[in-house]
Amino acid sequence: MTALDTAATPVEARRAPVYADDVIRAFMIATVFWGIVAFAAGVYIALQLAFPALNLGLEWTTFGRLRPVHTSAAIFAFGGNALLGTSFHVVQRTCRARLWGGDAFAWFVFWGYQAFIVLAASGYVLGITQSKEYAEPEWYVDLWLTIVWVAYLAIFLGTLLKREEPHIYVANWFYLAFILTIAVLHIGNNIAVPVSWFGTKSYGAASGVQDAMIQWWYGHNAVGFFLTAGFLGMMYYFIPKAAERPVYSYRLSIIHFWALIFLYIWAGPHHLHYTALPDWAQTLGMTFSIMLWMPSWGGMINGLMTLSGAWDKLRTNPGLRFSVTAVGFYGMSTFEGPVMSIKAVNSLSHYTDWTIGHVHSGALGWVAFIVFGALYYLVPFLWKKQDVWSPRLASWHFWISTMGIVLYITSMWVSGIMQGLMWRAYDELGFLQYSFVESVAAMHPFYVIRALGGLLFLSGALLMAYNFWRTIRGEEPARLAYAATPAE
Amino acid sequence: MTFRHAVIEKNVVLLAILTLITISIGGLVQIVPLFTIETTIERVEGIRPYTPLELMGRNIYVREGCYLCHSQQIRPFKDEIERYGHFSLAAESLYDHPFQWGSKRTGPDLARVGGKYSNEWHVAHLVEPKAVVPETVMPPYAFLAQKPLRYDDIAAHLRASRTVGVPYSDAMIEAARADLEAQASADGDSDALVKRYPKTVAADFDGNPARITEMDALVAYLQMLGTLVKFTDIRPEQLKQ
Repeated sequence: MTALDTAATPVEARRAPVYADDVIRAFMIATVFWGIVAFAAGVYIALQLAFPALNLGLEWTTFGRLRPVHTSAAIFAFGGNALLGTSFHVVQRTCRARLWGGDAFAWFVFWGYQAFIVLAASGYVLGITQSKEYAEPEWYVDLWLTIVWVAYLAIFLGTLLKREEPHIYVANWFYLAFILTIAVLHIGNNIAVPVSWFGTKSYGAASGVQDAMIQWWYGHNAVGFFLTAGFLGMMYYFIPKAAERPVYSYRLSIIHFWALIFLYIWAGPHHLHYTALPDWAQTLGMTFSIMLWMPSWGGMINGLMTLSGAWDKLRTNPGLRFSVTAVGFYGMSTFEGPVMSIKAVNSLSHYTDWTIGHVHSGALGWVAFIVFGALYYLVPFLWKKQDVWSPRLASWHFWISTMGIVLYITSMWVSGIMQGLMWRAYDELGFLQYSFVESVAAMHPFYVIRALGGLLFLSGALLMAYNFWRTIRGEEPARLAYAATPAE
Repeated sequence: MTFRHAVIEKNVVLLAILTLITISIGGLVQIVPLFTIETTIERVEGIRPYTPLELMGRNIYVREGCYLCHSQQIRPFKDEIERYGHFSLAAESLYDHPFQWGSKRTGPDLARVGGKYSNEWHVAHLVEPKAVVPETVMPPYAFLAQKPLRYDDIAAHLRASRTVGVPYSDAMIEAARADLEAQASADGDSDALVKRYPKTVAADFDGNPARITEMDALVAYLQMLGTLVKFTDIRPEQLKQ
């Protein structure tokens, strides 16, 4: 950056545009803020399941009202701000072009998106929801998000169109597929008729089995395109940047991209195994879910192999450690997913905590860690510092969060499989062995362990926020005895 | 002429169009036939639109996020059928906008909870779940018994439902308010209501005859779940999808 700025050659000066970074800084702050809100809400509702008195007997604080606050805050507020912010960063750098449409337009997307989050979350607490998982916001919030999203798409496409680089970098393919597909899914799943123009309630266009299929076409691809494709875009920029290595295989990234976006969209029916959805649709969903394993691991291999010859950086760069661990968790959860989509396995895992554990190995291990990796790179970069205030604290963040994830997913494996087995257990006389409530009571210790895991994860994020605060305030890096020890 | 991916990489519009085509195929193949293949919905009798009171109760079920812990979809396994009853049919959620199948059973399935417990049990359980089931982790919903049901716009709810395909007749919409009040009362005249909505049970669901509360509506909804189809009359070929 400075080399280019101070370069005397006029050509170089002309080719280094001044990027719109203010809005990216705002997105980064919003990411950290909403991340903490999402993790705190998660810890709270996890504790509610362990200690139901925490529902407080108020209508606004029941698990049913707060759970969408947690999921929306995690996916759309934390993940969404990270995606919007990093995509603006990546598209400018890889196109050598300032954001299209001017700064005010980018700020409209920023504030419009925050307004969407606040409108959605306040609605949940007040009981305004259309009860479709991860698409809970009612019609007026959906309309608002559509406007903001079209503006976002316009900025992204406009910047790509005025790029000075001949090639569109691979990270942008993923970001573009994410933006386009989310637009299609959002509109397709939210067609509804309001009861009145002045009320919040609406009735969805589809019903029953068709509605279920449309919802999980949306729901699984909220995972596939919001939580995967977008974050793969992040992976394809920040891992090569931090490792100072080019992407391992150009050819693999092409195959991986087209295969991933083609196959993912078919996977929805695995959420509806053995339901009233016709068998042909379930079988298609299972088959494509298993095939999806291949492009997923293609992406994982491409991410990990990029580190070839640079693995030593993991010892000195806590941000890169997050990114690489994220790719590892991505590989693990994209293996677990296809396994759970097999109907025989799903007959045990469906409706249980196993699904919750699976989601969190993806959401905490992959999504949150790849975001943390990007943040540890971007915050010093955007605020023009050498490094974060304390790499040592970042290292603490890494280990505390990793421990939290391990506690979370192992406790949910045990409780989920146990639930599934208890529900189908028969005694020697041929009667169902357990009443339902016995399976509820058996979950208690695991719910406590899960909440503890979440608490560790939240604590790690608070350390990160503190670290960033000190970094942004511009204090000298605290280099207290943090140095790589030679492996001799 | 050999294919070169670089062409796509240099053309934003082409990249966007090819992406849109690629992501559209799976969804179209899986969703469109569900609307066109007639056997998707089983040919069973007894399915009717929700009564106005049940519809309001269902909206409370939605509002409180009950689907986050309770499924309404019984799978065709021996243990589920023994625990909950006949496996669920697509026809049974024909008028569910949106569907409430759920994806998690922190609590038990509710697809056939109707008629399994008394109204008094439901009220006691909703007010203080622990009083009835000590091991439960369900939150108390005592406020439902205190809140009067808001139903001045009930006809608008039926009309919006009709717009999305629920066969509410003009007569049903016209009588919506009267039907709602008739169902929430134990000693009113419910003949007209039952004629419009067969198998409807009228009762003072919350045990408080003075007013119609949200508790009345929710319990009315819970008590009709899974009760519409008479499974003893069904031949297997009717269920083929």
